[in-house]
Amino acid sequence: MIELVIASRCTGCTACVTACPRDVFDPVPDGPPRIARQADCQTCFLCELYCREDALYVHPDAGRARPQDAAAIEASGLLGEYRRASGWDEWAGNEALRNQHWRMEDVFRRARDA
Amino acid sequence: MRTQLTHHDADVLVIGGGLAGCWAAITAAQGGARVIVAEKGRCGTSGVAAAAGPGHWWVPPDPGRREEAIARRLAAAQGLGDAAWMARIVDRTFRTLPDIASHYQYVPDDDGRIRHHALRGPEYLRALREKALAAGAIVLDHSPALELLRHADGGIAGARGVSRQGAGGDWVVRAGATILATGGCGFRSHLLGGANNTGDGLLMAVEAGAVLSGMEFSAFFTVVPADTTMARTMIYSFARYYDEHGRLLDRPQGPHDNAFLAEALTHGPVFCDLSATPEDVRRQLPQISPNVTLAFRRLGIDPFQDRFPVSLVGEGTIRGVGGVRVADADAGAGVEGLFVAGDVASREPVTGAVSGGGAVNAAWALSSGCIAAEAALARVRRHGRRADTPADGTGGAGLAHPHGTTDAAEIERAVQAEMLSPMKQYFRTDATLSAARDRLDAGWTALPHAGLAPTPHARARRRELAALTATARWSTASALARRDSLGLHRRADAIAATTPPAHVIAGGVDTIWTDLVPAGEQA
Repeated sequence: MIELVIASRCTGCTACVTACPRDVFDPVPDGPPRIARQADCQTCFLCELYCREDALYVHPDAGRARPQDAAAIEASGLLGEYRRASGWDEWAGNEALRNQHWRMEDVFRRARDA
Repeated sequence: MRTQLTHHDADVLVIGGGLAGCWAAITAAQGGARVIVAEKGRCGTSGVAAAAGPGHWWVPPDPGRREEAIARRLAAAQGLGDAAWMARIVDRTFRTLPDIASHYQYVPDDDGRIRHHALRGPEYLRALREKALAAGAIVLDHSPALELLRHADGGIAGARGVSRQGAGGDWVVRAGATILATGGCGFRSHLLGGANNTGDGLLMAVEAGAVLSGMEFSAFFTVVPADTTMARTMIYSFARYYDEHGRLLDRPQGPHDNAFLAEALTHGPVFCDLSATPEDVRRQLPQISPNVTLAFRRLGIDPFQDRFPVSLVGEGTIRGVGGVRVADADAGAGVEGLFVAGDVASREPVTGAVSGGGAVNAAWALSSGCIAAEAALARVRRHGRRADTPADGTGGAGLAHPHGTTDAAEIERAVQAEMLSPMKQYFRTDATLSAARDRLDAGWTALPHAGLAPTPHARARRRELAALTATARWSTASALARRDSLGLHRRADAIAATTPPAHVIAGGVDTIWTDLVPAGEQA
């Protein structure tokens, strides 16, 4: 579930508020959005794709809250991984990060033939 | 409490802004209609396709190829498929999907070719949203529909719902034609992207007089790293599974692929080993399915070195089959002015008794969306919007004001205890299904008193709970009605095959009925 909106990175753009398909955030005037309905989070990670500041962190556990230490997550290098690996925004021109989704059917075929 | 009411008029209302709803909106808007999309969450991130990566059933029109592909699929459908619908979606998908290149950046494969059928979910749904907006569709995000509206003559007149963001309040859309594209029902499992898929459209359709079909084909469970949502299947095609003592589990082949895991999980934890994954696939995985690798990294798991615990998530009717019975070649719901697209519809015509997986279901979503939109547009041209004639709500369960003390969470847990139990769903018997029916009926009876506050969120949730419970009841009743094993539906107490092949249809809200209809008697 969504665990962190990192205040030092957040610009208050509210992109996450609108992007979240489960409406878990509430906007806060002059501040980072609040995680208002954490239990509604569906752990789809898509909010992270829409956060250009990489200020969000979703923990993969969908069953219960897993409180995270913001400083430790900052230091982990895990912030922004989804957006980067997907080649979004400023990563769009990076050859190494190009969308290779088209390989999926080939991978399935190789597994079947193995 | 007084709430603000926003009124909209449209030619075509599309309820649901996922893969099917977006293609419907694009088609209708390009045809000149004023189109409104009412999406429960966010059009572009909502629905199961947005977090996944749909392929599409893709067969070029080379001599004989389509006939051969359809013959194969018909055989797999075990008597419940429809060759004409298969041909329709193969053709429609092939002609239409490349249009998304206006907003989706295709990347050529190693041979420099574009594979139009394979799209990564987040980029695909973002492109569909942008394409729908560019075509002139109006998108209401965070606007769950609560019920359909109906003219005195029975024709559907639009819908009403609530807005969860901004000023909140209620909305009404009056439309000459309405397309339900609300998705299937995952019973609020932890399926990736599935939390909004609570069967709302099934409930709305049945309340309006539609009939369901194939609801017994709802026993489908997918492997995820324990406690996560990450139901992406590709990497598990290299998986071996072990029990806690390190013993390799036998992996049988067949439509109930994961029943062996369900059984093993009743004895203790099950561990997955992906060390057979080829080196190049390991390297490519972050750019094939970025979300798969990020989940492992955050859990501190090296999936190619470590054996990690897995669990099963239920996919209900999403990767199952059942839904609103398609009444004609226009994707009509059998109710005047109402059409169905995507997973809210029964996909039996294109996949029969087995799962359509990602590819057939995506081709169905696209094609049924386009076909429904064209039919909706034709209807509006014939009859107009009829926006000024009176229309009444059709909804019941979960819409009444709360006045009781029944715990809504308890009802949801009771539904999930039946529908998300892999053992109960993979090993159905008359006894287990009858017991489930009784417990679900009890939950249904308790529903109108679900104690929730009248905020937009709470009202939408109450309606979702009614839809979840109704969907569970239709699935269970349909499973009771099919007394043999077929495709995704396995009866551990099966006696004899139903011959000739028949569809199980279902309907009713407070009192549920089922019937058997010989295959071939539908559009």
